[in-house]
Amino acid sequence: MKQVFTLNVNGETYEVLAEPTEPLVKVIRFRVGLTGTKEGCGTGDCGACTILLDGKPVTSCLMLVAQAQGKQITTIEGVAQNGQLHPLQQAFIDHGAVQCGFCTPGMILSAKALLDETPHPREQEVREAIAGNLCRCTGYVKIVSAILAAADNLP
Amino acid sequence: MDLKVVGKSLTRLDTPDKAVGNTIYIDDMVLPHMLHGMILRSPLPHAKIINIDTSQAKKLAGVKAVVTGADIPDGRHGPFIKDQSALAKGKVRHIGEPVAALAATTRELAEEAVEMIKVDYQELPAVLDPVKALEPDALLVHEDYENYPVVFPGAIRKGNLVSQTIFKEGDLELGLKESDLVLEDSFSTQSAHPTYIEPCGAIASFDAQGRVTVWTNSQAPHLTQIRIFEALLIPMASIRVTGLKLGGGFGGKVEPHVQLVAVALAKVSNKPVKIIQSREEELADTRPRHPAQINITTGVKKDGTLWARKTKLIYDCGAYADDGPGICGFGAMMSRGPYLIPHVHIVGSLVYTNKVGFGAYRGFGNPQTTFAFESHLDMIADKLGIDPVELRLKNTVANGDIQLGGETMASVGIEECIKKVSTSAKWKRANGSSNRGMGIACLQHISGVLSSSAVVKIMEDGSACVQTGVAELGAGQETVLSQIAAEELGLPLEDIRIIMADTDATPYNWGTQGSRATYCAGNAIKAAAADAKAHLFKIAATQLEANPEDLVARDRRVFVKGSPEKGISFRELGILSHWVTGGPAVGSSTFMVEARHTDPKRVLGFPFGAVTAFIFAAQVVEVEVDRDTGQVKLLQAHAAHDVGKAINPLNVEGQIQGGFVQGAGYALAEQLTFDNGKIINANLMDYKIPAATDVPNIVTVIVEEPEPTGPFGAKGVGEPGLVATAPALANAVYDAIGVRIKDLPITSEKILNALKDKQVYV
Repeated sequence: MKQVFTLNVNGETYEVLAEPTEPLVKVIRFRVGLTGTKEGCGTGDCGACTILLDGKPVTSCLMLVAQAQGKQITTIEGVAQNGQLHPLQQAFIDHGAVQCGFCTPGMILSAKALLDETPHPREQEVREAIAGNLCRCTGYVKIVSAILAAADNLP
Repeated sequence: MDLKVVGKSLTRLDTPDKAVGNTIYIDDMVLPHMLHGMILRSPLPHAKIINIDTSQAKKLAGVKAVVTGADIPDGRHGPFIKDQSALAKGKVRHIGEPVAALAATTRELAEEAVEMIKVDYQELPAVLDPVKALEPDALLVHEDYENYPVVFPGAIRKGNLVSQTIFKEGDLELGLKESDLVLEDSFSTQSAHPTYIEPCGAIASFDAQGRVTVWTNSQAPHLTQIRIFEALLIPMASIRVTGLKLGGGFGGKVEPHVQLVAVALAKVSNKPVKIIQSREEELADTRPRHPAQINITTGVKKDGTLWARKTKLIYDCGAYADDGPGICGFGAMMSRGPYLIPHVHIVGSLVYTNKVGFGAYRGFGNPQTTFAFESHLDMIADKLGIDPVELRLKNTVANGDIQLGGETMASVGIEECIKKVSTSAKWKRANGSSNRGMGIACLQHISGVLSSSAVVKIMEDGSACVQTGVAELGAGQETVLSQIAAEELGLPLEDIRIIMADTDATPYNWGTQGSRATYCAGNAIKAAAADAKAHLFKIAATQLEANPEDLVARDRRVFVKGSPEKGISFRELGILSHWVTGGPAVGSSTFMVEARHTDPKRVLGFPFGAVTAFIFAAQVVEVEVDRDTGQVKLLQAHAAHDVGKAINPLNVEGQIQGGFVQGAGYALAEQLTFDNGKIINANLMDYKIPAATDVPNIVTVIVEEPEPTGPFGAKGVGEPGLVATAPALANAVYDAIGVRIKDLPITSEKILNALKDKQVYV
């Protein structure tokens, strides 16, 4: 039986009609309409659907919509502020860290969660922070260097 | 040449949208009244279809269309051999083969309804071993194979032998007789999956005139268009395939995936139908790499000169030929490696079995054979007491040498690759003295095959529009091809708008595959830009009272060579051409690697008329092996790749690094596991691809041996990153602990077993 859920996504309130068991990723993509969050496996293994829930990275394919009520959801669409790219986004572009782009939103959110906690991480910490975000294109080299460069450029 | 745009690491055109989540991929698209399609797949490897009962599914409210093999035309499709239908007809040939499909108002409903289709099968014995499948009394996977159309002349096929390609040079028997050492070894490689992160998908929609539009993540919209015609007999002029940006492909999205079924459902329902595959469908049912068995005999002189090579390759085709004949033939051609060996006999065979149809995946048959001969080469080096780097340098091909099949190679950078990569890695063998070791492996590949065309238009404001059938796979094709057009036209990159991968809006391209986009489509675009420019020069010549041959285009202007002040801007020329003289400047060009005459004593059954623009690379890795757990840790990776000319160096580095990491996964972990024809690890927990914590930094060295026929000297780079990684790792493991693993992947279990055996025999 569908119910109305109130979600806070990127600081805005959305009322959506959904089954309580609907995966959050589907609700964000098709009921809220923010398709920047990607679905790659549906089983929590690839990390493409990573969002921040109260600042912590979670795979939104394993979370039910009911579990997200009353929490702050951040998706890739909410990372840039006032039309200004986040230093991570700029660094990903500048360092060639984006290829096909399908892992990029989740990757940037995992990296953001890391930098929010640890503004100056070591390379190994960066690699561990994104270990749950699979990228098949880049070999991770340029992603890691982009995150380290963004850490140096944090305001 | 003083280049302004080419050779620069310019920011990719597509990444600013990707970094903020604005890029539209196929699953992001929703059309009004759109239905969701779901495919029912065969649970059996080989069976006759006795009956399909769709009545229960049809009764369910919200189910709008159900199709089976009986509901679609009797067309068969395939790139080399037309052996496949969109839905199984009469029998199923592998687990996962599409048998029926339906479209419903929601995906959940479609999932529920598809389970209600009942299929009665009569099970047949399954043909699972490609070697046994070649025995004279083996059951046939395709009884009717003789009646299938084949696109290439001289195909060698019989029974379950889908195709065979043979290369010969010199006199093998004599060569082996003249050798001081003859070594024979057998290797095997597993099936691995491309595992692009974005699942395959399509939306198909018909209009009232019977025209169908298909939005999809295809590496080759023009090939998808012809497969829809072949399978469903819809006239090609009524099919528009429009490609979106892909979330990776690596070969797996070249031939059709869900597009044919989406079209069949859209036709019956008369509504747009979307199908997106699950990850399980990806891994279990969608075109992984061919497993192979490789037997090599090499004869070598005492001083390390390679003198004779015999290779027998058997590629397990799976149930449908797909790209297999091309893959098998190309793998056979690559089997001499980037070395000059005078006496050669290579036989590549592709064999039908009742497994998932294997297909193109980064390397196109080359990773299998390169793993074998590069491992084998180190075994020879070991026997002769020659350093593996030295042995390779002694035998490398050079400019002017002839490739197997007769093509002259004009840009051979292999020697420089080996030298530079050894320097970069500070090459040093441990020879089992510690648990650390280094390994090297080399490769050759191609970037020129078949055709690509392009159109370039000069707009009224002096900017330019490029039309190409190439798709943006994620490798940066959009940017690189725009850079080529910009350089040729003398425009900055921001003045180029490129339209890609749309069968209505862009001319033919034989797919974004085979490391061919930069070379083949780049050549077509460069020539089309030159054609448009010639048109502008004619107009400018009148205005400037100059000879068109004396004009150059640079910095948005056309001017007389040596007199930059005597010129006219693109803006002015754009207005003139649209309003006053000459007419709008449109250039077009077609690039084709044309079929060459080949000597039947040297080449038999090769499915391509010719391949060209050879590319080379060498990779060095250092590993540490844990003797207690068998675990291999990658400590260092260095890769030197000859790309002719790096159009965008940052992009080239990304291709090499990404390829290397896929190669490391192929070498150490990735394996689709079959149980009686069923893939039993079809999820990303059990089919593990490398994560950021599994791999080191990868040091890249770009070597530029200009290809005389390439755009600005460029060749390809897409596939090679992966091709030599597995043998480099196998050679490093041997250096570290003295055990030789000859079947991929190099798992901890195999290492521990090999160490145990070694202790027994020592």
